[in-house]
Amino acid sequence: MGRTLAEKVWDDHVVRRAEGEPDLLYIDLHLLHEVTSPQAFDGLRKSGRRVRRTDLTLATEDHNTPTLDIDKPIADPVSRTQLETLRKNCGEFGVRLHPLGDTEQGVVHVVGPQLGLTQPGTTVVCGDSHTSTHGAFGALAFGIGTSQVEHVLATQTLPMAPFRTMAVTVNGELPEGVTAKDLILAIIARIGTGGGQGYVIEYRGEAIERLSMEARMTICNMSIEAGARAGMIAPDETTFAYLEGRDHAPEGADWDAAVAYWRTLRTDEDAAFDHEVVIDAAELAPFVTWGTNPGQGAPLTASVPDPRSFADPGDRVAAEKALEYMGLAPGQRLREIAVDTVFVGSCTNGRIEDLRSAAEVLRGRRIAEGVRMLVVPGSVRVALQAVDEGLDRVFTEAGAEWRHAGCSMCLGMNPDQLSPGERCASTSNRNFEGRQGKGGRTHLVSPQVAAATALTGHLASPADLADVPTPAEV
Amino acid sequence: MEAFTTHTGRAVPLRRSNVDTDQIIPAHWLKKVTRDGFEDGLFESWRRDPEFVLNQEAHRGATVLVAGPDFGTGSSREHAVWALQNYGFKAVISPRFADIFRGNSLKNGLLTVVLPAATVEALWELAEREPGSEVTVDLVARRVTAPGIEADFDLDENARWRLLEGLDDISLTLREEAAIADFESRRPVYKPRTQAV
Repeated sequence: MGRTLAEKVWDDHVVRRAEGEPDLLYIDLHLLHEVTSPQAFDGLRKSGRRVRRTDLTLATEDHNTPTLDIDKPIADPVSRTQLETLRKNCGEFGVRLHPLGDTEQGVVHVVGPQLGLTQPGTTVVCGDSHTSTHGAFGALAFGIGTSQVEHVLATQTLPMAPFRTMAVTVNGELPEGVTAKDLILAIIARIGTGGGQGYVIEYRGEAIERLSMEARMTICNMSIEAGARAGMIAPDETTFAYLEGRDHAPEGADWDAAVAYWRTLRTDEDAAFDHEVVIDAAELAPFVTWGTNPGQGAPLTASVPDPRSFADPGDRVAAEKALEYMGLAPGQRLREIAVDTVFVGSCTNGRIEDLRSAAEVLRGRRIAEGVRMLVVPGSVRVALQAVDEGLDRVFTEAGAEWRHAGCSMCLGMNPDQLSPGERCASTSNRNFEGRQGKGGRTHLVSPQVAAATALTGHLASPADLADVPTPAEV
Repeated sequence: MEAFTTHTGRAVPLRRSNVDTDQIIPAHWLKKVTRDGFEDGLFESWRRDPEFVLNQEAHRGATVLVAGPDFGTGSSREHAVWALQNYGFKAVISPRFADIFRGNSLKNGLLTVVLPAATVEALWELAEREPGSEVTVDLVARRVTAPGIEADFDLDENARWRLLEGLDDISLTLREEAAIADFESRRPVYKPRTQAV
């Protein structure tokens, strides 16, 4: 019988297989950041171990880094200590690091792909759940804990328990104005936050094949929000075109050999998935979350659901608690929810195409009175590209704040946080209680919906903007 | 890692599903560079509510957390496991755990036990009715017992063995040095490298 994409990549990395034991998998690329690595380096130090493959390891600073005044010392002494610890560890163990201020600095999942380090058929790990992002290239990419970070540093391998396979097939074409973010939010609402548990999801079908690499990264990024161990998309011409010429992409004969291998990384026609989900792209619309987990979402045209409408008692209680936390009432129209803050950025939607699409909506308009909008590029390279294209001016002229690269308000480890009760339309990935700041309320949205929301002051899509004049029309 | 064989203690009923790791330990705690001192951050936001189950006198000193499905979703932060252990928990029971959290817990000797929703409900009712009653989580027999409740649970044999023996994964893997070196000698040259060494 044939094999799925995930099974092929897995099989190609088995260092040791024994009955009744997890496979020992080789890791091609290990990405590090300051938050989940210090205790791992400490472990190495205590046991007198070294980093086995510094040439397969890369570190960036992203979670704690400020997005303002980056030339000044970091105000929060604890954040500063954590960044200094990463610098010391990378120096001591010989790990390549892109610190704050470096032109390659940025969110770890933006940096790996843009350097061309994330390649089809590779295994990628990072002490960060959104490592699933790299699956967009047909890589098998897992988020891991700190004990596993130490394990990979010491051995370049990981014992991994077997997985199940799930196909999410998206047929047809996404309607105008519907983005990868809307699609993945709809998928998570369909399968639930635990529906992917134990699975590696392969996204396939015409609508997926039509997506750009950056849009594919948005999809795979949020696989973890469905509980999946990883998300993958088979590499194709779009993938190869994205990679060719990047800093760490193979060249010459190596490129040809690599592409020949990459072309084999497709699920065989006679392969079977353990579970299949089919979605009709034509039925999708801009999608937003109303609750406190990423599965609690609905089309923007819908209303806040009545908890009593949930058949499962657990879902009902979860919805009740979510509405209480979010300060929403059943039946309230999602379009009428007013926001205080709009955040564009993160490893989900902080790449250049995301900034372009938000800027396109904002161009020549002003954001609503009283709304604060933060635009945080995913990396310094993305920022430089945006400046080159004049996008930073589009944002600032619309009244938004143009910030330095980092994770920023996605999780508020730096000063970019919501205040208690403050409501935010966010292009990030998690609407958990307090995620963006204690008491903050998060609605997950696409960059286009974020921009339209900033203009109107309530949840909106670009299609709702007919009555928001541009200066030329005033 | 500390070995886990069997544990007996009182249970805390946490009647919530989708307990994500941001609730277990909020992000601002992750700036610490140690594995200890996270106990005050555990469920920090919920613990501000005096009625929250962990704040109830009857549940003080309990060591077995019983939660709803999809416990530990979200971030991969191992700090969530450390926070539960630092606070004093030895085992967590839920109908379903997020994968990364479960992996992290087993690597630290925090036993995560999957039991059916009906058994979890029975444990909740018991802990609410008689907070002083003890629950035994026996990894040798793979069984949870409490007054009027007896439930077997699954855990793959390899993970169980590592826990029972308190084995360090890295030492075990380093015994495979020859296999790792052999694999490395066969890796294609086009595979990416972050730096020349």
